Amino acid sequence: MDKSFLDELRQGVRAVCGDFPDAYWRELDEKRAYPEDFVNALTAAGFLGALIPEEYGGSGLGITESSVILEEINRSGGNAGACHAQMYTMGTLLRHGSEQQKQRYLRKIADGSLRLQAFGVTEPNTGTDTTQLKTTAVRKGDKYIVNGQKVFISRTEYSDLMLLLVRTTPLDQVKKRTEGLSVLLVDLREAVGNGLTIKPIRTMMNHATTELFIEDLEVPVENLIGEEGKGFSYILDGMNAERILIAAECIGDGRWFIERAVGYANQRVVFKRPIGENQGIQFPISRAHVNLEAADLMRFRAAELFDAGQKCGAEANMAKLLAADASWEAANVTLQTHGGYGFAEEYDVERKFRETRLYQVAPISTNLILSYVAEHVLGLPRSY
Amino acid sequence: MNIIVVMKQTFDTEEKVSIQNGQIVEDGVEFIINPYDEYAIEEAIKLKEEFGGEVTVMTVGPSRAENALRTALAMGADKAVIVDDEELFGDEYTISKALAHVIKDRDYDIILTGNTSVDNGAGQVGPRLAEELGIAHVATITKLSIEGAVATLVRDVEGDTETVDVKLPLLVTAQQGLNEPRYPSLPGIMKAKKKPMERLSADDLELDPETIKAKTAIVEQYLPPKKEAGRVLSGELQDQVKELVQLLRNEAKVI
Repeated sequence: MDKSFLDELRQGVRAVCGDFPDAYWRELDEKRAYPEDFVNALTAAGFLGALIPEEYGGSGLGITESSVILEEINRSGGNAGACHAQMYTMGTLLRHGSEQQKQRYLRKIADGSLRLQAFGVTEPNTGTDTTQLKTTAVRKGDKYIVNGQKVFISRTEYSDLMLLLVRTTPLDQVKKRTEGLSVLLVDLREAVGNGLTIKPIRTMMNHATTELFIEDLEVPVENLIGEEGKGFSYILDGMNAERILIAAECIGDGRWFIERAVGYANQRVVFKRPIGENQGIQFPISRAHVNLEAADLMRFRAAELFDAGQKCGAEANMAKLLAADASWEAANVTLQTHGGYGFAEEYDVERKFRETRLYQVAPISTNLILSYVAEHVLGLPRSY
Repeated sequence: MNIIVVMKQTFDTEEKVSIQNGQIVEDGVEFIINPYDEYAIEEAIKLKEEFGGEVTVMTVGPSRAENALRTALAMGADKAVIVDDEELFGDEYTISKALAHVIKDRDYDIILTGNTSVDNGAGQVGPRLAEELGIAHVATITKLSIEGAVATLVRDVEGDTETVDVKLPLLVTAQQGLNEPRYPSLPGIMKAKKKPMERLSADDLELDPETIKAKTAIVEQYLPPKKEAGRVLSGELQDQVKELVQLLRNEAKVI
């Protein structure tokens, strides 16, 4: 890993983020608005095309570099959740799409003129038990007719394209439940109002997540990604990348929290001395920092394995768990350090606190990571 | 059009300066492109976009300054030159002499630089360099347009503006307001990795450092004294005025 290049990358992202201070994110949070200006600036500067190969107009970087980009966004006080998927959703298209599909879409995704930052997998009644999903696509001539429902699908209102996981062969007609699922590329600009209804879900943080109602939506057969029936394996191989990138966002949050906690502890004077002189204040901040550093090592380890093309499922999952726990610990400590002011909107701690809590649950619950480690790393019986 | 930008890497303006044994501590400090030089780089790239040609960025400084040059390359400059020979570090006199040696045999239509650096704040290198090269210079410009061989410049003259037409070749120093410097984009950062970086020493320049030794020396460096709490006068207004005048005269010795 070329550290000086990573430093340059960090500075590049910081330069963009510098124009979007706390007040920008605070106001968006209040209005539950999408950070359109920020996403446009980041896109124009090319950072969201990091993973796209140079031959398709991207920068051809690895997960290590890409994770640093997302880390810096969260470290600046912002939230990469608004646009991180533009970076990696295209991975499914890149790995399994036809040359024609890649030529048609990747270049535009790289330059930002097309947004592919939504992936419809989760359904109201299936959650992580993905193979049980109920949305179906039935082939009729040169079209698929799609029916079903999805929930917690992020950014559909701010995306041009969406990948959609559907069942193309009914469960009772496949040998293994992981078979018979397919990935379709849905053009949201045409689909909305023509079989697709998007309903926003208001959540405890400013995250543009939605519910999708799909009724006789027509998707051209040419928009099938890869082979019919193999969709489940296509989404699985994108998950390690996502785990590592999200771990990096957690690290970014954690760094932001620690910086704020230290700053406040040094400056806040009570009983005629800075509160940071008390070990009761210092120790929790130090511990949060130590845990964050440890999580960061696992994140870089996982990224290194991923970029070398080696197996990294265990490391990617462990990095996500450690980083999510570390950022949450740092959030809690920072809130405690700030006392009442931590709850005041103008300090931004409560906002980041709400935001970083999400990583315990999404995109994968920490419980499921523990189940994964138990089964796949330790050889314990499958518990789910 | 051949465009040269002379730049400097400086402390991040948000860094706290600390001094140990009379020296400014550089450990753990973030360095940036001198903000006024950033305007010069941006303007140079805009000129290239308008007229074609090549932008060469150059600096005299330690090897860490290569990072600043890389950033300029990532913004869109084409080539970089660093004089990283400690023997040529000196003061504004030495630096401008060294730069003149680097530039004298190169083709250029215009040289741009910041009007001052935010660290030393001398504002001398630009004008001195122009003198060394025997070309005209215009300082603190806020607008630049070129038609044929003539540049039309608007310059900031402390609260007012002055418009001047000057023939190329020419050196200008950039003032705040000239433009809004762009971010280095990710593709820009990637391309910068492959752009040439020339490293020059006194030997390469066939220059004897003894002949351009600094004319000035830093005798002492210290931080401004900590601001003490102010005094609030009390009593009748007339008495307060008298007391204030007394204090200004006898204690502060300013009147």
